[in-house]
Amino acid sequence: MTSVLETSELSKTFTLHARGGLALPVFSGISLSVSPGECLALTGHSGSGKSSLLRCLYGNYAASSGEVRIRHQDQWLSLSAAAPREVLDVRRRTLGYVSQFLRVIPRVSTLDIVAEPLRRLGVAADEARAQAAQWLARLNLHERLWHLPPATFSGGEQQRVNIAHGLIANHPVLLLDEPTASLDADNRRVVVELIHAARARGAAVVGIFHDDEVREAVASRCLDVEHYRKSN
Amino acid sequence: MSSDLLLSVRNAGKQFMQGQRPRWACRGVSFDLYPGEVLAVVGESGSGKSTLLRLLASRLACDEGSVFYDLREEAGNGVAASRGASGLVDLAGLSEARLRWLARTDWGFVEQHARDGLRMNVSGGANIGERMMALGARHYGKLRGEALSWMERVELDVDRIDDLPGTYSGGMQQRLQIARNLVTHPRLVFMDEPTTGLDVSVQARLLDLLRELVDQLHLAAVIVTHDLAVARLLAHRMLVMKDGCVVEQGLTDRVLDDPQHPYTQLLVSSVLTP
Repeated sequence: MTSVLETSELSKTFTLHARGGLALPVFSGISLSVSPGECLALTGHSGSGKSSLLRCLYGNYAASSGEVRIRHQDQWLSLSAAAPREVLDVRRRTLGYVSQFLRVIPRVSTLDIVAEPLRRLGVAADEARAQAAQWLARLNLHERLWHLPPATFSGGEQQRVNIAHGLIANHPVLLLDEPTASLDADNRRVVVELIHAARARGAAVVGIFHDDEVREAVASRCLDVEHYRKSN
Repeated sequence: MSSDLLLSVRNAGKQFMQGQRPRWACRGVSFDLYPGEVLAVVGESGSGKSTLLRLLASRLACDEGSVFYDLREEAGNGVAASRGASGLVDLAGLSEARLRWLARTDWGFVEQHARDGLRMNVSGGANIGERMMALGARHYGKLRGEALSWMERVELDVDRIDDLPGTYSGGMQQRLQIARNLVTHPRLVFMDEPTTGLDVSVQARLLDLLRELVDQLHLAAVIVTHDLAVARLLAHRMLVMKDGCVVEQGLTDRVLDDPQHPYTQLLVSSVLTP
């Protein structure tokens, strides 16, 4: 199968100008490729740069050198060199991301937050909300919470909102940053099933899974980010 | 894809006299804006961001460089005078009357102080109706109907339609100013610190409203703000200014989460996150 997401010689170094230009190397020389139906798990100790790599793949962090390429609308696009509106279009149509933390927008209800990725694709409000409701129900989020903004929700509840938001648009490529970190066993199982379903429909998945059991259940292979650690 | 550019700024600069010496308030600014794109201009006071906004909106003339605008779908469909192949026209070449027409129909300008953007001696409804009248609308019932529907849209109590804006609260005045600007369906809106000076809860409501309207109306906007949270919530892209120059620009979340320039790093790390 041909890949849909690739990096070549990708490196990330933070330069802290307030510390006299101190360079904080994170990783260097990562070349990877992910195909539809695959799930690549990023491994390594905490602080090894897994999340930084995932953020580079999302265009949230700038690549210090090397390249991130993605199949977008049947063409390869260099995500690391793309203009802001191209990156946003990739995120709208091709690339989904489940972050560890939910960024809450004041006053917007849970249902509307989850429906938003579909709305951005032009799906009508009622239809988008109906699908959002299905995802929230699937993730066992109590219906009385759907019409509230998630600001006051527990960590596990927010994470499920986040997962529904990240998966609802059925993007061809998914980035998952510890999607099960604050979930109980039942909900972890649901998320594992959802990831299996995403792979079965042909999604390419790159994820960080803290929980060994979850990782073994969903990953088709692993990449140890420690190997690409830059030494000071 | 470059054919659907809305606004193109090339090397724009403005000089003021400070004492006896000329000083560049902003200089060398270049960027492109596409329909539906929201750009935040951030930087501390005196960085030149408000001057830049005034250059873009032709409230000031460039001393250097140019601002080009796409006149093809201009509201009211006036005859395009000096249309280039791409539809982009140098604003410096347009007559005063033509610029006024643009400002009243195809552009909006939301001032930081609502009083500066409203007519305080006529009713809320008349404030909304004014721009429609500039486009030739005369039917009283239609004007009033449209004013009512816009008041609802920006969450103003429709019973206040005949009251003077001076009797409105600060948040209400700001929402009225927004309705007044958007009623002609402009393609481009300039906003100068639209939420500064409002209570936090009022700010949140206004931001949420702006976010929705920008999305629904596919508005392009340039928002000057010193509030990075406002930029994060509303803008697709950011431009960071210091001492009149753009020191960094890019995708909003990239600039805020992985700032590259020393000044942007300082700006981002100086914010208190509750």
